[in-house]
Amino acid sequence: MASTAGPARLTRNALLQVLLAVPTLLALVLTVVGGATALLVVGIPIVLVGLPMLRWIADRHRSMAAEALGHPVPAERRPVDGQPVLRRLRTWAADPMSWRELAWAVVSTTVGFAISLTVVLLAVLIVTLVLWWFATPQLMMLRSRLDARLLSRGSHQLLEERVAVLTETRAERVEDSAAELRRIERDLHDGAQARLVALRMHLGLAQELVETDPTAARTLLAEAAATTGAALGDIRDVVRGIHPPVLADRGLAGAVEAIALDLAVPVQVTPDLPARLPAPVESAAYFAVVECLANVGKHADAEHAWVELRHVDDLLTVVVGDDGRGGADPAAGSGLRGVARRLAALDGTVRVSSPSGGPTLVTLEVPCSSSSPRTTPSSGTA
Amino acid sequence: MQLVLAEDNALLRDGLTRILEAHDLTIRHSVANAPELEVALADPEVDAAVVDVRLPPTLTDEGLRAAIAVRAARPGFPVLVLSQWVEHLYARELLASGEGGVGYLLKDRVGDIRDFVDAVRRVAGGGTVLDPEVVAALMARPRARAVDRLSPREREVLALMAEGRSNAAIAARLVITEKSVDKHASGIFTKLDLPLAPDDNRRVLAVLAWLD
Repeated sequence: MASTAGPARLTRNALLQVLLAVPTLLALVLTVVGGATALLVVGIPIVLVGLPMLRWIADRHRSMAAEALGHPVPAERRPVDGQPVLRRLRTWAADPMSWRELAWAVVSTTVGFAISLTVVLLAVLIVTLVLWWFATPQLMMLRSRLDARLLSRGSHQLLEERVAVLTETRAERVEDSAAELRRIERDLHDGAQARLVALRMHLGLAQELVETDPTAARTLLAEAAATTGAALGDIRDVVRGIHPPVLADRGLAGAVEAIALDLAVPVQVTPDLPARLPAPVESAAYFAVVECLANVGKHADAEHAWVELRHVDDLLTVVVGDDGRGGADPAAGSGLRGVARRLAALDGTVRVSSPSGGPTLVTLEVPCSSSSPRTTPSSGTA
Repeated sequence: MQLVLAEDNALLRDGLTRILEAHDLTIRHSVANAPELEVALADPEVDAAVVDVRLPPTLTDEGLRAAIAVRAARPGFPVLVLSQWVEHLYARELLASGEGGVGYLLKDRVGDIRDFVDAVRRVAGGGTVLDPEVVAALMARPRARAVDRLSPREREVLALMAEGRSNAAIAARLVITEKSVDKHASGIFTKLDLPLAPDDNRRVLAVLAWLD
């Protein structure tokens, strides 16, 4: 995230900062004095002038810091629009941003002022021009970091945001799990369980008929055998939907190769996974790839597809691409949305690039560290 | 015939033992985990093995790995692999050596006792037996490959070959003469560009070409 602004532009900012130092000090004094005397009513109009002024100046510094740092320095203020004066004062007092901005004003008019002034002086004194050329980016980076630190969100606020994200993704995950359990229950109830009941009846009838009507008994036994086969098939499907055995056996790379083998479109798999990944990551990534490849088969009209799996620096990156007609809209289908939700629970992301005419590229990223180098024991028996 | 049987579930192991012994096959070693299987497979007296894909201690694909390992050490050693599910990838790995005497079946098939015992004997005799489910999945996959040069009838014959049927059995199934099965088979070998070799081996290679 290097700065895009050159020394000249940075010096212009420094000059502006030097010129703003006096208004900043004024705003700081007005806000503090006004705040301290607000209870005596006289302070209220003073704050109403001081704080907005301070905020306006702080915003100018935010954009200058953003320019130097190459990334935005957002202000997270509590909204006061349309609030009556007293309410507005209360909101301001309760907003951590106000206090951060006050603290910033103190630093800005002292240390920050000194830095900016140095830059301006270096530029003004002709003999120091060489020094100015080299030192300005460093000094301004320092000042910008200082400003950004005080003017941006505090660790408390970052935590709050993180909690909000976690609460939302957890709620989604819980909902998904509940839906998944209902689906499994229904599948077992309508499928395997019903078939086993039929099987039990056939066997009971055959038992009764074996002496009196052996031919009928034999027919019933044959039906019972067929029903058993169907019940086993149902159970197999349910198990595959929960956790595919090949994923347990071979991990993500092996499981992706296995699905690639069974597709109509030839799929090139390039696995670069030095070790097994944590089971929830493997599972989420696997079902995401299954969904993407199913989309390729259904919509893409592709000649070839490819899957790249990479795990570098604790980040799993999966790219599913095809040379089809493109135009995939991640908002249109429920499949990719479901994938995004599933990955969001692991702080993962989904990006889709699909210009009309192709190619379509779906990039999944999930942060995770790898587990054991070989297989991890899984539950269940074969 | 002396067999090794590897299956971790005691109920299934008993059932399999009963079925096989009732058909005059001797279980020389009956084992429940991978280390025991390794020891049993080192016995020079055994003729073939029936192995579950999943075995303790890891309960992943240790049985399959053991099967591949023993066939690397004793080329052509007959192994029938049983599994609760069939995985195309595993079928390909089992057949990769190009040697016959290998089978891969769903456990469900054990219910058809005659077919199952027949499969054990065919594998022990050097044949190749693939589960009809793998074969069906392959049939459903339209891909531009050498196999596409085959006529519909030749594809049918190849599918039955993959299930491990003899020419006589294929003839009976398709209601044609054994001679025309023979003709289709040599058509398949020519179209798949398989070198002259004993017919049994070429059958394996034909199935392998199809799996890829």
